[in-house]
Amino acid sequence: MRRFFFRRFMNVAMTVLCGVALVAAFIPLTSVLYLVISKGAAGLSWDFFTALPKPVGEPGGGIGNALVGTLYMVGLACIMGLPVGVGAGVFLAERGDGTVGRTVRFVGEVLSGVPSIVIGIVAYAMVVVPMHHFSALAGSVALAIMIVPYLAISTEELIRVVPGSLREASLALGVTNWRTSLLVILRTAMGGVVTACLLAVARVAGETAPLLFTALNNQYWNLSPNQPTASLTVAIYNYAISPYEDWHAKAWTAALVLLMLVGVLNLASRVLTRNRLKGAR
Amino acid sequence: MNAVASSAAPAPLAAAEGPAPAKVEVQHLNVWFGKNNAVKDTSLAVQSHTVLAVIGPSGCGKSTFLRALNRMHDLVPAARVTGKVLVDGQDLYTREVDPVLLRRRVGMVFQRPNPFPTMSIEENVAAGLVLNGIGGNHQELVERSLRKAALWDEVKERLGHAATSLSGGQQQRLCIARALAIEPEVLLMDEPASALDPIATAKIEELIHELKEHYTIIIVTHSMQQAARVSDHTAFFYMGELVEMGATEQIFTNPKERRTEDYVTGKFG
Repeated sequence: MRRFFFRRFMNVAMTVLCGVALVAAFIPLTSVLYLVISKGAAGLSWDFFTALPKPVGEPGGGIGNALVGTLYMVGLACIMGLPVGVGAGVFLAERGDGTVGRTVRFVGEVLSGVPSIVIGIVAYAMVVVPMHHFSALAGSVALAIMIVPYLAISTEELIRVVPGSLREASLALGVTNWRTSLLVILRTAMGGVVTACLLAVARVAGETAPLLFTALNNQYWNLSPNQPTASLTVAIYNYAISPYEDWHAKAWTAALVLLMLVGVLNLASRVLTRNRLKGAR
Repeated sequence: MNAVASSAAPAPLAAAEGPAPAKVEVQHLNVWFGKNNAVKDTSLAVQSHTVLAVIGPSGCGKSTFLRALNRMHDLVPAARVTGKVLVDGQDLYTREVDPVLLRRRVGMVFQRPNPFPTMSIEENVAAGLVLNGIGGNHQELVERSLRKAALWDEVKERLGHAATSLSGGQQQRLCIARALAIEPEVLLMDEPASALDPIATAKIEELIHELKEHYTIIIVTHSMQQAARVSDHTAFFYMGELVEMGATEQIFTNPKERRTEDYVTGKFG
């Protein structure tokens, strides 16, 4: 009987502990959302998304160029980074048991843990110094370098959980190895890989450090890879460290826009990965 | 052992020209996994349009034997195969034979139904062609293959649905349809009914009877009743060795070897 009460007591105590931990985890999350929305929502307007920034003191103006700059550089980074990252992941999962595979995996794991400011410096040395000026290209190279290891590792994990019986089924149909890898194994893992891509993109879209001294900033529209480019994160940084009250408000609103962008990417990953087939489980 | 196996061949089809050449002939086949000799010096022959059942207790090497017949062991780095496997007189284990092309002639159905989960029923059937880059309209092939696999009537209204929405027995017949769609000559079946209920099993067995008309079938099975029901010949494996092969009736009623008798009468296994 005593054991029974002790068990019941522990059961309740543990449930309460877990509940407390849940609330504790929730506080920072909701407070971030609350602060950003409450301070940033007031500044939202059509102009904010589409207009160029205005000097201090002048009302209005937006961060259109920074929004476009972020999308542009993230887009460039995707073109460079996604195929390489997914390809490396497929390689690691399918052929990664040799020395080359182990080396690539080790490098990937180390690289995915490197602070983003370090990657910024590397991109600076690799692209900015030889070109003699800051550019969108340099910024997107830095972002691409961040995407690749993260994506390679997630892709490998996603592919390794695809049942081996599907590979056998495909090979037994006389399908070649590489077609099996791409059309059966990768396709089966595709839902997860798309999610991993979008999460990688969402992650780098929120990076400031790699862009600070690669893409720098720009007060105007720019779609040339050869020119310095504004980005949401650097805009937030510049507005936030400025001494002006109206720029602080802009920083909050820009932060809200960034949050919305990341949120949309996360939502998109869910919508895209829904199974298109009827009756699918 | 060799003598036993060859004496098991059915009466020659064309008596004047001697015994008909076997569709599949295995000569001194050994399969090694590292140092483990999983299939030992096995020789046997299977005639065209017959069903060979391979029986034996778990771990006796019967699945390993089956997988050697379409070079599925190529995928396992530690596996080594010696000896000869001849299909229509051509050795599969020579350098000239491309295992990919070979597998289009020797199809395989696995123990657990393994339809491609990202594909619809229809796409699964056509997968052998589509995955090999053969485009075009496969509707006719899909219908023909599904009819052969006795699944057409159950799925014709929902060809676009997910393959995983089917029941286990239906999924297995879908996998058979998928294997048939590439028009193989030999069909290997690795315990195709072991994950299925009795009704689904009966359907698969009925199917094997019909498929015999067009294909040469080698089926590994756990169930001796199933072997007795579906096969013309039966090979009994024990501890990696082919103990005895003969006409199914003879194996079950009048086995030559003591171990075969003990197994088929249920004394072990």
